[in-house]
Amino acid sequence: MPRTKVTIDGNEAAAFVAHKINEVIAIYPITPSSPMGEWSDQWSSEGKPNIWGTIPSVVEMQSEGGAAGALHGALQAGSLATTFTSAQGLLLMIPNMYKIAGELTPTVIHVAARAIAAHALSIFGDHQDVMAVRQTGFALLASNSVQEVMDFALIAQAASLESRIPFAHFFDGFRTSHEVAKVEQLDVEDLRAMIDDELVRAHRKRSMTPDRPVLRGTAQNPDVYFQAREAVNSYYRACPTIVQSAMDKFAKLTGRQYHLYDYCGASDAKRVVILMGSGADAAQETVEYLNAHGENIGLLKVHLYRPFAVEQFLEALPKTVERIAVLDRTKEPGSIGEPLYLDVITALREAGRDIPVIGGRYGLSSKEFTPAMVKGVYDELKKASPKNHFTIGIQDDVTHTSLAFDPEFSTEDPATVRAMFYGLGADGTVGANKNSIKIIGEETDNFAQGYFVYDSKKSGSVTVSHLRFGPRPIRSSYLISRANFVACHQFVFLDHFDMLASAEPGATFLLNSPYGPDAVWEHLPRSVQETIIRKKLKFYVVDAYEVAKQTGMGSRINTIMQTCFFAISGVLSREEAITRIKQAIKKTYGKRGESVVQKNFAAVDHTLAHLHPVEVPANVTSTFEIRPPVPKQAPEFVQNVLAPIISGKGDLLPVSAMPLDGTFPTATAQWEKRNIALDIPVWDEKICIQCGKCVLVCPHAVIRAKIYESDKLAGSPETFKTAPARWREFKEWKYTLQVAPEDCTGCGLCVEACPVKDKTEVKRRAINMHDQLSLRESEAKNWDFFLNLPELDRTLLSTSQVKDVQILQPLFEFSGACTGCGETPYIKLMTQLFGDRAVIANATGCSSIYGGNLPTTPYAVNGEGRGPTWNNSLFEDNAEFGLGLRLSIDKQTEYARELVRKLAPELGDELAAAIFNADQSKEKGIFEQRERVTALKKKLEGMKSPEAQALASIADMLVKKSVWIVGGDGWAYDIGYGGLDHVLASGRNVNILVLDTEVYSNTGGQMSKATPKGAVAKFAAGGKATPKKDLALLATTYGNVYVARVAMGAGDMHTLKAFLEAEAYNGPSLIIAYSHCIAHGYDMVHGLEQQKNAVACGHWPLFRFNPELVQLGKNPFVLDSKPPTLPLDKYIYNETRYSMLRHSNPQAAQRLLEEAQADIKARWKLYEARASQNGATAPKAAVENEPAKETPHA
Amino acid sequence: MPDLSTSYLGLKLRSPLVASSSPLCKSVDNLCRLEDAGASAIVLHSLFEEQINLEAHELDRWLEPNEGFAEAQSYLPDLTSYNIGPEGYVEHIASAKRSVRIPVIGSLNGVSSGGWIRYARLIEQAGADALELNIYYLPTNPSLNSSQVEMMHTELVEEVKGSIRIPVAVKLGPYFSATPNMMMKLDRAGANGLVLFNRFYQPDFDLENLEVIPNLALSNSSELLMRLHWVAVLYGQIKADMAITGGVHTAEDVVKSMMAGAKVAMMTSALLRHGITYLAEVKTKLVEWLDEHEYESITEMQGSMSRRAVADPEAFERANYMRVLSSYV
Repeated sequence: MPRTKVTIDGNEAAAFVAHKINEVIAIYPITPSSPMGEWSDQWSSEGKPNIWGTIPSVVEMQSEGGAAGALHGALQAGSLATTFTSAQGLLLMIPNMYKIAGELTPTVIHVAARAIAAHALSIFGDHQDVMAVRQTGFALLASNSVQEVMDFALIAQAASLESRIPFAHFFDGFRTSHEVAKVEQLDVEDLRAMIDDELVRAHRKRSMTPDRPVLRGTAQNPDVYFQAREAVNSYYRACPTIVQSAMDKFAKLTGRQYHLYDYCGASDAKRVVILMGSGADAAQETVEYLNAHGENIGLLKVHLYRPFAVEQFLEALPKTVERIAVLDRTKEPGSIGEPLYLDVITALREAGRDIPVIGGRYGLSSKEFTPAMVKGVYDELKKASPKNHFTIGIQDDVTHTSLAFDPEFSTEDPATVRAMFYGLGADGTVGANKNSIKIIGEETDNFAQGYFVYDSKKSGSVTVSHLRFGPRPIRSSYLISRANFVACHQFVFLDHFDMLASAEPGATFLLNSPYGPDAVWEHLPRSVQETIIRKKLKFYVVDAYEVAKQTGMGSRINTIMQTCFFAISGVLSREEAITRIKQAIKKTYGKRGESVVQKNFAAVDHTLAHLHPVEVPANVTSTFEIRPPVPKQAPEFVQNVLAPIISGKGDLLPVSAMPLDGTFPTATAQWEKRNIALDIPVWDEKICIQCGKCVLVCPHAVIRAKIYESDKLAGSPETFKTAPARWREFKEWKYTLQVAPEDCTGCGLCVEACPVKDKTEVKRRAINMHDQLSLRESEAKNWDFFLNLPELDRTLLSTSQVKDVQILQPLFEFSGACTGCGETPYIKLMTQLFGDRAVIANATGCSSIYGGNLPTTPYAVNGEGRGPTWNNSLFEDNAEFGLGLRLSIDKQTEYARELVRKLAPELGDELAAAIFNADQSKEKGIFEQRERVTALKKKLEGMKSPEAQALASIADMLVKKSVWIVGGDGWAYDIGYGGLDHVLASGRNVNILVLDTEVYSNTGGQMSKATPKGAVAKFAAGGKATPKKDLALLATTYGNVYVARVAMGAGDMHTLKAFLEAEAYNGPSLIIAYSHCIAHGYDMVHGLEQQKNAVACGHWPLFRFNPELVQLGKNPFVLDSKPPTLPLDKYIYNETRYSMLRHSNPQAAQRLLEEAQADIKARWKLYEARASQNGATAPKAAVENEPAKETPHA
Repeated sequence: MPDLSTSYLGLKLRSPLVASSSPLCKSVDNLCRLEDAGASAIVLHSLFEEQINLEAHELDRWLEPNEGFAEAQSYLPDLTSYNIGPEGYVEHIASAKRSVRIPVIGSLNGVSSGGWIRYARLIEQAGADALELNIYYLPTNPSLNSSQVEMMHTELVEEVKGSIRIPVAVKLGPYFSATPNMMMKLDRAGANGLVLFNRFYQPDFDLENLEVIPNLALSNSSELLMRLHWVAVLYGQIKADMAITGGVHTAEDVVKSMMAGAKVAMMTSALLRHGITYLAEVKTKLVEWLDEHEYESITEMQGSMSRRAVADPEAFERANYMRVLSSYV
């Protein structure tokens, strides 16, 4: 019986096999490998068994190190076990990998290979991670395509069981892990045939059991360690043959014959390129094309990289080869060459074959690797003196390593449909395209491939889908640059991207347009009109949003645009396409309810009536152009480096444009005007009470307030609004609340936070949403004018009042965080309070991505050029990293003080004493110290002694610095908990801000130990069965740690107080901040309301633990919220993460709800008891939101 | 001991005491307790098509991957199946039927023609003895006239009747310009029973926070009067059985309902307020009342004080209203 054809991505292919042939799976999320763990967890929770009929145990660990440890243990106890990982995660597994290999333990770790964080983090694919484990004793097996991933996952397991060598089976992150392709799915019989139960039993026999006790993990000494290490040699020698045997056996089963080193191309080739991974497919396509056009070249695709099988490698090379180029997708600074290059040279040398070999690097961080680049390498080999240690795919204008290539060279098969779709993350474009691939891949004889390019922003993110369909196998492991179908799913993109640059002459262009076929032309930028005419594009429009509105689809236009694609592209007949789409809809959405299916059916049925061809005029008539990526007044670096990245041309930047050490200027987000909001808030100055709550909660710092003297209004734009300031101290002054129209994401949290209701129409607040387009121009002018109004002297304000805090300049603005993000208001508040002296250590996660992902970044500077300085070290080490910053600052401060004391006679005793004895406990004192330090530096300018010069270099350390250690719950509760605990115990003056979303948000919502009982998350598909860790309570047990649990939506004053107290406390402080998150599955506009509910039901009791109160004879534990009044279900069932369990497993949902409710009761008792100790009376009355001083009735 | 038995929708019932649709009916355990307390039939809580749709769309909205960011292409696991839709309700009917011997009446609140019919069939297939259509419709569109609203009701009943074989009762509100005519139309459309009347949520205002707050107070006996009035007026003029719901709190309320012409009296608020065992008290007092007043059966009194049975039919007409007003002078 023929095997099933499925269209899946590489991760699913690997997980499919791994889940079927393992018993214990230890997982931890890391991009791009997380989906393998997610699939495994989901399949196990759904009761899917392995080939032996038992359901694998899937266990999430606290880190990859933990996963490797659990893997080691599971293997030692005799189970078949696996794990999945990437990048830093694989590096954390290295110690265990040595152990597992040293003990000759069969297992396969599946790796979606990814770049390593060095000068910068990158989530994208290359081989830096796997190359870092090549010395561990693990075999390394490379898959080059999605089909190979499925096949090699099995071959690796079979070979590992037989050889006893553990395997790391790897494939390129994103390019293969996330490429959707049509593949043949192995069936259970294939798996059974390949996995020898005798070998499984042999593995079990070697396991640790008290019934046959053994002892492993001895400590050995100089006398025998060496010999013992050599004892494994024969196993490594045997391994390649075993792998080849497994490949041969596999070929008999499936017809797909693989070799350790697969050669393709001319049998008498003189020039050969050697590489492994997805690039090999692009190279094969190129070789076949060039050989068909008269070339005589070859390609060696490496599958088994470790153990490196010299004999088989040499056999695979044609005898005629005269020159070899080895391509490594990795970088080893300071080495003679990259690893594969060195191995090839060594292999040839050992065989006595004197063939010139050049090596080069390509494709780091998923950098495109195209046939043009492949040809560039072959062309280089033709030269008399080909360049060694080259790079391909970039322009290295510094050390001149790069090879030239012709970007116009293409090997695209004319028979292949190449379609590109530009969409928004939120509009469903990617999902629709994945669906289309499934339809074409599974319902027709065509081969199909889909690859998706995503944005670096989390809100308003743009996606580009690259789809290929055709009658011949598709090896094009690179993006489409010659599309015969281009679809633009968002009309506003026309203003931002030159998307038609990729369109072939005669291609089809489909535009989702609010303008009909007769009106659309005048709304296109000049260059778009020009391209349509010049390339003779076939142009269609559809008003997809109108269809979506009519059919109840909301903002999702996926089904509508998919229908258009099939209707125009001709891949299938219209009738067949519509039938197939409807079948796919039923399959995809049927489980979510009949009404969902019907809604999508209606969208399909309504679409074609709204799809129209456009008669293209002969002339360009438009009067406007595509908007420049940044305004003219942006700084040079922004213009020259960041602007090309914004406009999608970052690939063209040369090496010389890049900072050497990963250092970037801050305050760059202000230049990237994204204009993603459909609606923006508009201030009603007549009823506003100026409470500042909207400013406080704004996640993107786009609502600002200023008070200023009325003469500053001179020259204000016509529509600029102002109102008399409602401050006693500034009676004659003016107040303005201004929105940044082009930076707002339109979340609406500000409107929800507004306590005012219009007396004449209660739905109106003092801030209301209106459409952005009509306001954009006028409000942009108002915003510019507003920015130029002077900032108020901070010392005139009371930072302990929310009302005054609104006036403080935020030094965190316009981040790419999700619309309505619950984390960023806390960070923004921190920068308002302490930003000019903040040093931030940021754990990897959401906050490091919206905080530091290129092209532009949100940390900003004040008028004096001061602002937060920020760095992301790693995920696991953030607390330690932050402590290191503190230690360094403290040491330099101490040294500076020593020098001030030493140089006092020269500096003047008065200045020295003032500096030395400065009270910097309040902001005023800090500002005064800054002035003293300025005077000090001036004096030092005239002093030449080494001490004076040393002091000059560190004088700024005499001014107080505020160290903030920021991260999410995945870091604080799980992977970084050990370090966090140690830093809390250190007694050093650091502030730790945990943005608790109760899941790993950045990697897509996996369970952490902060996930509450009963919540569904990835890795907890059946609902989390255990309670949330009470990190705050744990921290109080030290006694000398300031701890606060806050929720801005439930208590803004409480939050503010906690931040101020944490900073004031001269020791470690921990703030755990409730952060509503898109991963919770509800509209973020209700985030503040849910925060209130979380507190009201007792899930999130607010408290502060201030060790300083002990010295005052008081109970340091202050319970700040009232006893629970809201039943837990009234809070949790507003969120899909909880409610979906009621649909998937109602009994479990009910049981977990009851348990969680009981947990709340028990915990509240405990808290009450803590709050009542030491003579303290009943729990303190709630510190709630700052009252909006005046009646909400406006 | 007087004979309490009655018939409703063609079902032989041991008494006129029917437990009406309420949250109490969500638990099979409660259904058993209601039966033990003397309920002669049970109307289950309503299957709300709108709620099913809402939950389905919410689930769809949040499970549909928001694929815009490479690291997080979705945020929740999308499982193979969900208990979205009527399956849970259908299972509840089946479970109820297995657990009690008294008739189980399904209750349905639909929003679409297709939905009403689809779910009515499912309820029938699940084994319900009858179906109560809980028409909870509040017209807010001023361009929709009364004829259109009435036609929607009658067409709905016709469609459902044409789709299932079990008896169908219609529960609806009292707000029609010509209530008897409307009831007659429903009767002619095939309704086997009319359940008079639905109580509508009447939102309250929170004056401090300027918010509209949902409000549904439990009923009291004074609400019975309007029901008595219309049942008494309609008795003998339509074929459909009538049930009174809303304001039945005491044995006397039950007696009044019967005398007006109802076949059964349905209780909800009283049971929510006093607990399920209160039903047994009502039953005891009903028997006592009948004994005391020497009635031999319930059927004997049914319709005995309907408009056509009383000496002064005007008591149910406008003149009566005039007299009430004048008595205050």
